[in-house]
Amino acid sequence: MSFLATQALTRRFGGLTAVDQVDFRLEPGEIRAVIGPNGAGKTTLVSMICGRVAPSAGRIQFDGADITALPPWQRVARGIVYTFQITSVFRNLSCFDNVALAAQRAVTLGKAPWHPVDQHALTSTVAQALERVELHERSDTPASALPYGHQRLLEVAMSLALKPKLLVLDEPTQGLSEAEIANFCKLVREIAADATILLIEHNMDVVMELAQRITVMNNGAILAEGTPAEITASPAVQQAYLGA
Amino acid sequence: MQGSQHRSLALHGSALAVLFLLQFVLPPYHHSNFTSIMVLAVYGIGYNILIGYTGLLSLGHAMFFAAGLYAAGLGVHYLGLDPVSAFIFGAAATFVFATAVGLVALRTSGVSFMIVTMMFAQACYLLILYFNDVTRGDEGIVLNEAARQIGGLSLIDPTVRYNLALVLFAGALILCLVLIRSRVGRVLVAIRENEERVKMLGYHTFRYKLLALALSGLLSGAAGAAYALMFGYVGATFASIEYSIYALLWVLLGGSGTVLGPLIGALLMFYLVEWTSEVTESYRIVVGAALVLLTLFFPRGILGTLREKRLRWLP
Repeated sequence: MSFLATQALTRRFGGLTAVDQVDFRLEPGEIRAVIGPNGAGKTTLVSMICGRVAPSAGRIQFDGADITALPPWQRVARGIVYTFQITSVFRNLSCFDNVALAAQRAVTLGKAPWHPVDQHALTSTVAQALERVELHERSDTPASALPYGHQRLLEVAMSLALKPKLLVLDEPTQGLSEAEIANFCKLVREIAADATILLIEHNMDVVMELAQRITVMNNGAILAEGTPAEITASPAVQQAYLGA
Repeated sequence: MQGSQHRSLALHGSALAVLFLLQFVLPPYHHSNFTSIMVLAVYGIGYNILIGYTGLLSLGHAMFFAAGLYAAGLGVHYLGLDPVSAFIFGAAATFVFATAVGLVALRTSGVSFMIVTMMFAQACYLLILYFNDVTRGDEGIVLNEAARQIGGLSLIDPTVRYNLALVLFAGALILCLVLIRSRVGRVLVAIRENEERVKMLGYHTFRYKLLALALSGLLSGAAGAAYALMFGYVGATFASIEYSIYALLWVLLGGSGTVLGPLIGALLMFYLVEWTSEVTESYRIVVGAALVLLTLFFPRGILGTLREKRLRWLP
């Protein structure tokens, strides 16, 4: 069985079917990119996987269990972590406190709310997460004082502190400079060493460099799926999306 | 971090010390005013936990103040409870009541939450008047002076009242400080900033909001119970929309999301209403104007503006 599998997953918004009976599979450890024109249903699909949007029909299985009916916080507890498309760090909090908010969730999972937080575990989880994105020297800086690119990294650090098994990145490189993008790709590969990555991305260079497999969506359905080479060669994809 | 904690301790400690010392210099009239203001500030602190720290705007908080007021007042009047039991009963009953209201009202958010809480409060107000036989909502109940004794202390004695109000205020202040420094408090502030994000960090935000509402209700109810016991009067006016709006005004004026804001707001509004009602019958127009001016020019309130300009460490 796959690590993540959806069966006939559907979401309708009024008369519009944003995602139409999608069967999507993901194997453990892979970096998968989902691409497609605007309105193809990419964000709706991953939102259903994370639990932000409830499916109209269909099922989702993750890590051997049916999670279709689980609320988002229980999915986070099982290891599905979503990184927002629009940077949504807590601007008034320092980098440390931002990550601590995530880490405190991770270190208290499954414990009663009045159970004291293991401060040592909390601090080291935060420090590790900040170090992985190379923000450990700016621990005390308020998030609002960081340049945009660093805010995105902080966002990733918050996700890492949750110890994801499946990390969903929604257009992570939007608004980053060339140099920042290169750095970001390196980071994603490092994260992929112990997590599966699902990436929605418009920047084709990033997709080609990172993804082992690519899923192309169009009009709420999966149009094609394969290795980057297969996707670039596919006439259907070229016609619908790449426009070549 | 350490420095800001020390400064915060020093600030709140000296605020309490000033309130303690004021009782020796205030003339009797203001002495009694300050007693009410401290009790009302506890109500404000309760309200602030919800609006200032969790970002939930309730327009019906008078129902919690009145719940504590009536639970304690009717407890004394009908069941012959002593003041200490009546106070605990009032606060505990409001905690349960606020949790029940929260289970329904927190299914909504934003404007709908404002409307739902306001409807609940109006329903409470009308219920108090409807069961007039029991509540004497329209004319009110004056509590028996003999019943308002704790051991050898009489709640009619101004010094006793002042110091009990101070103890209650100090308790609320400490509870609020502890709450916002705790990990639960950090999650509440994060919900205020961006609830969607907090959900995706794995938090069951509904539970946190319910806890905030229950604690907010607990403090509001404790203030109501204390008010009934100290001033010996229980009436439906305390459940009216006016008292919901007052809490909002105190918090906005003093600074929403600041620990001392509700005290400063309650103090200024109390005297503003006091002075203007001497001059004119229509003092409510001043209350209204204050609300408009605040929203336009001082959206962060007094302490909120101070924090923004120079005192960034202010909790």
